[in-house]
Amino acid sequence: MSTSIQARPTTRATPAKPAAGASERRSSRRKFSLGRVLAWLVLGVSLLITLFPFYWMLRTALTDGNHLYSDSTSLWPENFTFANFKRVLGLASDEESRAAGGSGADLDFLLYTRNSIVYTTAIVVGQTLSCAMAGYALARLRFRGREFAFAVVVGALMVPPIFTLLPNFVMVKDLGMLNSFAGMVAPTLLMTPFTVFFLRQFFMSIPREIEEAAMLDGAGHWRIFWRVVLPMSKGPILTIALTTAVWAWKDYLWPLLVGNEPDNRVLTTGIGVFLQQSPNARPDWTGLMAASTLSVVPMLILLVVFGRRIVNGLDFTGLK
Amino acid sequence: MSMTLGRRKGRPARPRTGNRARSKENRAAGLFLLPAFVGFAVFYLYPTGRGIWISLTDWNLLSDPKYVGADNYVEVAEDPLFWNALKVTAYFVFITLGVQVGVALLLAAIMVRLTGSVVVRALLLVPWLVPNVTIGLIWLWMLDANLGFVNHLMGKTGSDTHGFFASPDEALLSVSAVNIWAGTGYVALLLYAGMLQIPGELYESASLDGAGEIRMFFTITLPLLRPILALVMVVSVIGSFQIFDTIAVTTKGGPVDATRVAYYYIYQEAFTHFRMGYAAAMALCLVVVLGGLTYLQMRLLRASTSDLA
Repeated sequence: MSTSIQARPTTRATPAKPAAGASERRSSRRKFSLGRVLAWLVLGVSLLITLFPFYWMLRTALTDGNHLYSDSTSLWPENFTFANFKRVLGLASDEESRAAGGSGADLDFLLYTRNSIVYTTAIVVGQTLSCAMAGYALARLRFRGREFAFAVVVGALMVPPIFTLLPNFVMVKDLGMLNSFAGMVAPTLLMTPFTVFFLRQFFMSIPREIEEAAMLDGAGHWRIFWRVVLPMSKGPILTIALTTAVWAWKDYLWPLLVGNEPDNRVLTTGIGVFLQQSPNARPDWTGLMAASTLSVVPMLILLVVFGRRIVNGLDFTGLK
Repeated sequence: MSMTLGRRKGRPARPRTGNRARSKENRAAGLFLLPAFVGFAVFYLYPTGRGIWISLTDWNLLSDPKYVGADNYVEVAEDPLFWNALKVTAYFVFITLGVQVGVALLLAAIMVRLTGSVVVRALLLVPWLVPNVTIGLIWLWMLDANLGFVNHLMGKTGSDTHGFFASPDEALLSVSAVNIWAGTGYVALLLYAGMLQIPGELYESASLDGAGEIRMFFTITLPLLRPILALVMVVSVIGSFQIFDTIAVTTKGGPVDATRVAYYYIYQEAFTHFRMGYAAAMALCLVVVLGGLTYLQMRLLRASTSDLA
């Protein structure tokens, strides 16, 4: 997983301050000007282009499949219906499904969503904990080989995943873990170089005094880490956990290779299969769009719940 | 990202610790590092060695691997499909990145000046949260040759029907466009965060001197954003080199070889033709190409130095 476009949050919690600066700047020139109108226009059009395809997806999903070919362009759903969602979820009979333009196959949305949740949760919990421990050691503990260990992490950051993908597949296969959750989560369960790097950088930036006070009270590193450092670092840990979750949720290639049995298929690979089952000559667009809509919902929930943290967490400056 | 190595926070001198404390700290470190080290050794280090070994063999996953020396690499060098894959990938990365970073810069600059709204930023981020498989599917429908909305829109302006994914000339551009659509908001947010770090006073004094918005963008924003821009570019290049999901859903490398990018070609060789040795050799070549590109970019953009002293 872990393609490299992961962002890191700012360790300083600054978003409020610069925003205030920006609004100061803004209020000093809150005059009508052509430039401002133009700028709002560009922003508005960008938002429209960003969001319209999702609307079109929803609109198609709510259209009666038999009317799609006659009325493919109206902005509102023609013959509004929930039938597509029903048949994608497997709630409609095969005859109904075929009559509506489907292949009779359904998505088993609930099973795949459950699998995606299991896959994502396992990776997020395992990776975050293990990497937090490693990051703490690399930032705080003095041991022989520390600089070398960190250099290795930075080096590993540069290696594109395709290179380890083939041998990892072979290993998972040799271990008999193909088509099992164990095999799916194994490569990223304990570490990705980025998460170690990110958390190490964060731990470097927090002041030592509190830990030193705890140490004078006789607490060991283990206790300090769990009782002092982790509770202090909730924000950045949540940010990296969310980023990891988004990547695990979107992951396609690895689950495709090692988890492609119905029992452990995740949502992405499930949708891939659903697409393959759709008749080629006359694709079941309404069904496919209903499936797409369903697959977007969990991420929308994540965005609504954690929106502020995700949005403000995207910050490259911390990499400096 | 070598610049991360050099800078170290100034930390207070700690009291000298004795040998016992030192060995205790060594032991604690071992414990803390153990899980991540296991993950690293088993799924990064060992596969790296094994990948190199596989690339020197002829192996179909079923029979025993047969050592063939550098044969695979010779074949890679002479394989027109490999060079085509590199060319297609490079073309894709170039277009995607160019448009994406350009538009993202514009959007970020506009947001910094107009609005700090979290809602606007969250909406721009939506495509980034959606799996590429779903994105591919949505655009497969949007760009459908017969019923797609985009063709409908273009038809209204009097343009002919386009094949998009189905046309050898337009397929790669279509895949590019989809990725630009999906990634621009994310890049804009990264650049926006970078722009917030630029001190506001610079703009105030420039504006007192009578500089306009566009002038300020080119003389203040862009130069001071350079280190972050460089990082975003490096990371985006590495990311777009790995394009796979969108291709797998929309074009499957076709029509003809128009969108058979490097990742997809490697995947096909390994998992449809079961030529593990050959696929591993290509993967290693790709690593070398990417490493060289990253180094070059870092040098050109002087990514590790900042003008914001």
